[in-house]
Amino acid sequence: MTDRRILIVDDELSVRGSLEEWFREDGFQVETAEDGLAAIRAMERGPYDIVLLDLKMPGMDGIAVQKRVREIDPRATIIILTAYASVETAVEALKLGAFDYVTKPVDPDELSNLVRNALNARTLAEENVRLKETVSELTQAAPILAVSAKMEHVLELVRTVAETDSSVVIRGESGTGKELIARAIHAQSRRRYFPLVAVNAGSIPETLLESELFGHEKGAYTGAQYRRKGKIELANGGTLFLDEIGDITPKMQIDLLRVLETHRFTRLGGNQEIESDFRLVCATHRNLEKLVEEEQFREDLFYRINVFNIQVPPLRERPEDVLPLARFFIEKYARAMGKPVKAVAPEAEAVLLAYRWPGNVRELENAVERAMVAGRGPALEARDLPVSALNGDADEPLARSLAALEKEHIARVLSDCEGNVTRAAKVLDIDRATLYNKLKRYGLRR
Amino acid sequence: MAVPIHLAFVDGRAPVWSDALISGVAEVFPNPIRTIAAPVDLQSCLVPSRQQHHAALVLAALLRHRPDPASKILGIVRVDLFVPVLTFVFGQAQLDGPGAVVSTYRLRSEFYGLPGDEGVLVERTIKECIHELGHAFGLVHCDNYDCVMHASSTVDEVDVRGAVFCGHCASVLEGKGWS
Repeated sequence: MTDRRILIVDDELSVRGSLEEWFREDGFQVETAEDGLAAIRAMERGPYDIVLLDLKMPGMDGIAVQKRVREIDPRATIIILTAYASVETAVEALKLGAFDYVTKPVDPDELSNLVRNALNARTLAEENVRLKETVSELTQAAPILAVSAKMEHVLELVRTVAETDSSVVIRGESGTGKELIARAIHAQSRRRYFPLVAVNAGSIPETLLESELFGHEKGAYTGAQYRRKGKIELANGGTLFLDEIGDITPKMQIDLLRVLETHRFTRLGGNQEIESDFRLVCATHRNLEKLVEEEQFREDLFYRINVFNIQVPPLRERPEDVLPLARFFIEKYARAMGKPVKAVAPEAEAVLLAYRWPGNVRELENAVERAMVAGRGPALEARDLPVSALNGDADEPLARSLAALEKEHIARVLSDCEGNVTRAAKVLDIDRATLYNKLKRYGLRR
Repeated sequence: MAVPIHLAFVDGRAPVWSDALISGVAEVFPNPIRTIAAPVDLQSCLVPSRQQHHAALVLAALLRHRPDPASKILGIVRVDLFVPVLTFVFGQAQLDGPGAVVSTYRLRSEFYGLPGDEGVLVERTIKECIHELGHAFGLVHCDNYDCVMHASSTVDEVDVRGAVFCGHCASVLEGKGWS
């Protein structure tokens, strides 16, 4: 019937013998043990699908044997068998993870059903593990290319923090892939079977952000025609990724702090407290410490979120990643566009390596995509790369600041887009709020 | 040569339906089947605290009456059988061994408060005898509900299952030189 293995642990020879016969007739591979010590030795030789364990044996107490059996093989299904019907012991055994509990002598029908149910439960548990593995494979975060030691270090930090439930702040310039890092943390954490809910605080006005995060009841405000769950509620069991945390308003900072402390909140216009078990991962391109000093960011919130810190280095600090990333994007867009581009021409390689990539990986991807649209040959050519990468920026003195380059680039794109911020933001592949901030910072006009 | 099967009505005379039983078993087992006397002292197998007979003790006593070491012996008793950990058993066999025993005690309709029905009793006993002999010939329980080797812990399950081996069990038996 099965190739399942069962271990029968009982001090009475007649019980062991009759059960052995009974289970052998059922097609089990049967082993027996006369006491706790023999049971533990047998378990070490295991594994067994089912352990039928007598609780009252001379020497080692059955509960102690059960604990040891579980330590050796947590997946073994334990069924307690005893001549003494003691509710207390049964409860203790069940609390320790026994599948069920029967009193000797047991009705054959009861024992058959019990074993059948145990095997079914075990099959389901095994299926569950297999499904989780499959889901895990399917929900892998997008790969993060890391040839450089700096990015290897970042990925090591991701692996370390993923195992914990601590809040994480990911810092880095725009376009360095902070969201990808957040997704990698989520995908490697125990929360990976639950959602990762991303909110970009920088792109949503304060009034909408409140509703976006906390949700609202029907009629909470004009236009709230339906009850809506907020992102915090949707992230229950999973991870809430709050991008541009440095941009949230003081009021939102207070509300967020309260939720982080209690994991409870109410929807806008509602009275009922809702609990949400989420892990917070934040990202920002801003200097939070400086914002705290300037009293633009609450110190208590800063300490609450800044438990673990990951700094994603800009692309110019890890030039060894440029060409592997370019090749990765070539492969990606070659597939998407159906173009047979497979390589980077030596001249184009030189341009890519010389450029400082103020827009980081996002800008590189953009540049490759545009070159792929323009290009016709089997390799990515220098002439197909966007002007900014070709126009001799590489010959500029190295002392030029990144801010100066960024300012120049934004100004050029904005000009190309005839001052249309929405279009410029699209070309730059950043959100409008971020572009507005940059325009303000650099004193640029539309 | 096929292994002979010896049938023994352990606790007294053969019932009036013994020929029907032998015919039923012979329909499935092509082996030579003979009835023998096996005067087992059932009293010595009685466990007073349970008022039941210990199946393993009955089987051990029965084996002493096996005429030749190459044969199988099947005892049929009217008393209630048990093994220590279970409340009762319909029968007991030594897997791939020389002996088996079947109890008709719980196969009788009267045990369940119903009027006696000899036809039902014979049919159930034939199935149980074939089932236990199947174990003695090395078969384990079968997942096929129609197969006589399907496990049954209630009399309803005995009624539901068939009285013959399924193709799989038959082929296993053939592999063991059954026919």
